[in-house]
Amino acid sequence: MGELVKQHLIDPEICIRCHSCESACPIGAIEHDERNVVVKAEACNFCMSCIPVCPTGSIDNWRVVAKPYALADQYGWDELPAQGPAAANEDAIEATDATVAALLAEAHAGADGASRAPASAPKPTVNLYTPTKPIEATVQGNYRLTAESSGADVRHIILNFEGPFPVLEGQTLGVLAPGEDGRAHAPRLYSVSSPRDGERPGFYNVSITVKREPGGLCSNYVCDLRKGDKVKIAGPFGSTFLMPDDPQARLLMICTGTGAAPFRAFTMRRQRAVQRGGDMTLFFGARAPDSLPYFGPLNKIPHRVLRKHLVYSRIPGAPKEYVQDRLRVESEEIAEMLGDPRTHVYVCGLRGMEAGVEQAFVNIAESIGVSWTAMRDAMREEGRYHIETY
Amino acid sequence: MTDTLDVNYDTLIPNNVGLSSDRRVLKALEKWHPGYINWWNDLIPERFQKSQVYLRTAVSVDPKGWAKFDYVKMPEYRWGVLLAPAVEGRKIPCGEHAGEPAWQEAPGEYRAMLRRLIVIQGDTEPASVEQQRFLGLTAPSLYDLRNLFQVNVEEGRHLWAMVYLLHKYFGADGREEADDLLRRRSGSEEAPRMLGAFNEATPDWLSFFMFTYFTDRDGKMQLESLAQSGFDPLSRTCRFMLTEEAHHMFVGETGVGRIIERTCAAMKEAGVEDPYEIDRVRALGVIDLPTIQKKLNLHYTLSLDLFGQEVSTNAANAFNAGIKGRYMEHRLEDDHKLVNDSYRVWGVENGALVQQTVPALTAINMRLRDDYTRDAAGGVARWNKIIEKAGVAFETKLPHEAFNRKIGVFAGKTFGPEGKLAGGAEYDASLKDWLPTKADGDFIQSLMKPCYEPGKYAGWIAPPKLGIDNKPGDFEYVQLHMA
Repeated sequence: MGELVKQHLIDPEICIRCHSCESACPIGAIEHDERNVVVKAEACNFCMSCIPVCPTGSIDNWRVVAKPYALADQYGWDELPAQGPAAANEDAIEATDATVAALLAEAHAGADGASRAPASAPKPTVNLYTPTKPIEATVQGNYRLTAESSGADVRHIILNFEGPFPVLEGQTLGVLAPGEDGRAHAPRLYSVSSPRDGERPGFYNVSITVKREPGGLCSNYVCDLRKGDKVKIAGPFGSTFLMPDDPQARLLMICTGTGAAPFRAFTMRRQRAVQRGGDMTLFFGARAPDSLPYFGPLNKIPHRVLRKHLVYSRIPGAPKEYVQDRLRVESEEIAEMLGDPRTHVYVCGLRGMEAGVEQAFVNIAESIGVSWTAMRDAMREEGRYHIETY
Repeated sequence: MTDTLDVNYDTLIPNNVGLSSDRRVLKALEKWHPGYINWWNDLIPERFQKSQVYLRTAVSVDPKGWAKFDYVKMPEYRWGVLLAPAVEGRKIPCGEHAGEPAWQEAPGEYRAMLRRLIVIQGDTEPASVEQQRFLGLTAPSLYDLRNLFQVNVEEGRHLWAMVYLLHKYFGADGREEADDLLRRRSGSEEAPRMLGAFNEATPDWLSFFMFTYFTDRDGKMQLESLAQSGFDPLSRTCRFMLTEEAHHMFVGETGVGRIIERTCAAMKEAGVEDPYEIDRVRALGVIDLPTIQKKLNLHYTLSLDLFGQEVSTNAANAFNAGIKGRYMEHRLEDDHKLVNDSYRVWGVENGALVQQTVPALTAINMRLRDDYTRDAAGGVARWNKIIEKAGVAFETKLPHEAFNRKIGVFAGKTFGPEGKLAGGAEYDASLKDWLPTKADGDFIQSLMKPCYEPGKYAGWIAPPKLGIDNKPGDFEYVQLHMA
């Protein structure tokens, strides 16, 4: 099979033929006849101008295909064809780029089965920009989140795109560090740490959280970026590690280090929404307060909005404590949350935390007479259990 | 004048027309504002005023990300003045001034005509909110309730758009007209709204959906032709209003479609094959297809009347003056003056329908009405798809344009929906099969019970295929105020 392409299509069953998209398209890629409104695959450049003007949502359809549907096909449709086997990896396309897809599959492997998005999550946009067709972003800011003395250099990088960039909390961006021969290196994925309407509401800028790794090619490139620098970005990627759009859903979030990025986004999204509904609990592990990203802002979030358990493993004179230890301490609260069908569990951070957290869940489940594996598998199938580790 | 894509929220009235540096107009609008808020508060039942409604508000006129969704109490909705971005070097698109630079001020010679057009357009906007004021009490779902309120607040914004033009460009006369827009009331004896269809009641949700499908579509066509105006502020206002109007079309088309879908499904479940077994279908708690057809006949023909006389010198003058274009004028390939062109219209000779050829200039209304009919036919075909898919033998269709008309050459004539002239007695006897009767209305009314539980729908309407703003099925679109 040749290279797969992503194609923009309009759902003829839902479209009311108001032609707003056609007026909004700056390059004339949309046209209509008496029956249908159609998109020219070879012209559409995924600028997304047509998406917000559509009153029905019929505009927001995408298929990954080996050969794009021709206009004649689209004019003849009464309904949209299903996504074919061209990209049939379960029910969600996380990324069409093979490298990126492999990276995400590995990151989500800890859930022991195919990940699913929460049922109420909005449909994410994926692969809008690819490693071969990236978008250029401008660095708006680069802030160090950890103390000089902490030994960890974690950065909050704000990227500005010209116009809206359709990304959901929990999705990742691929950063393409320039190589010496002028060709970009393979993308490195970073979770966005800002909510969908932007780091600053309505500005559609996007933040990522990056830790400088000794000898790390991309992380050093990103951590050294300065305001005004241009960066090539692919993405967004990821269609399962998403937050539910249900105000009643309860979130249990467990992370270490830069794994906090998606949870910062989740929390901000909820804080910006009307304040009501399900609770949020965060278990966050670091060596010490000065190496815990977002320590200051986190502490400003009221307890009633977010129950915080900040756990440290390197406090002089204190025993080492890891997130799994604190989970056990709070086992009653965790058990209560796990038993509630509105709860969504998210684990994000270093691969090393997976086993410990899993074991803690096994113990907690046993304490209420439940098999963790069965409970976890059921939650995963319902899109309520998500792991992303690296 | 500052002119930006993003909307300024610093003033009481959000706008992208630089109101904060235009003290005269800002003051005039601020003076008009309390009357508007009073009008709104008197109109919508109090419980809904206090409810949180998930509405979109325009935050930019850039097509990318132009609106944002959030919960808001309707009286706190930020009604604003929004114009589509100016097109540099725009020319007057039609009539004797075609090709000259578009006017940025109202030209003296056409001032009265322009004002009249703006007032008529402006008058329809609050009228429809008045007609729909009690529908919230019988909403079939929170989803539909939200859609109703979205339509209502946006009609309110469209009133603002017209009032801005009156204040900005028409001096004392304009201010007076703006006040009168709040003085007239739909259905009032003393001060009715200007156009007939806007004084009819909207008693139930089928009427509402038919109204948004057929009557708001007239509004869309009028906006389309005003968007072609050589008076640039009017053109830009209407172009932005059309972005919002698309949602109203959507509510109408999908509303009727969902009712049809539910009726067909209920018939299939109960094994009713004949759509004309009206009592059996009604016993299922759904609206029978022949009644839906009768409602269609009524709303379509009422809406045709809104286009005015088939042959009209007023319309010719407006086109010739360049203050009102044709539908998609910029896509039409002719001289845009119509000096020597002709157009075919229906007429009546000796009781028979005949096609007559008249000067195209005088047939501007007719042409727009034909464009309207083509536009309206699309949704009807899609309703038929739903019926066909369900396997029910029935087809909805647009009645002949000569049927049930109060304005134009067919006014008062006894043409049937097929376009055949009926004898007086025959016509009277058949009317009950062509137009909804009191009993039909009573039956529909009997189904109108509110369903306010998130994710639930009244039994006579199917749920939508997609949520608004991609929301899940049980999303609480309206957080109802609990007294």
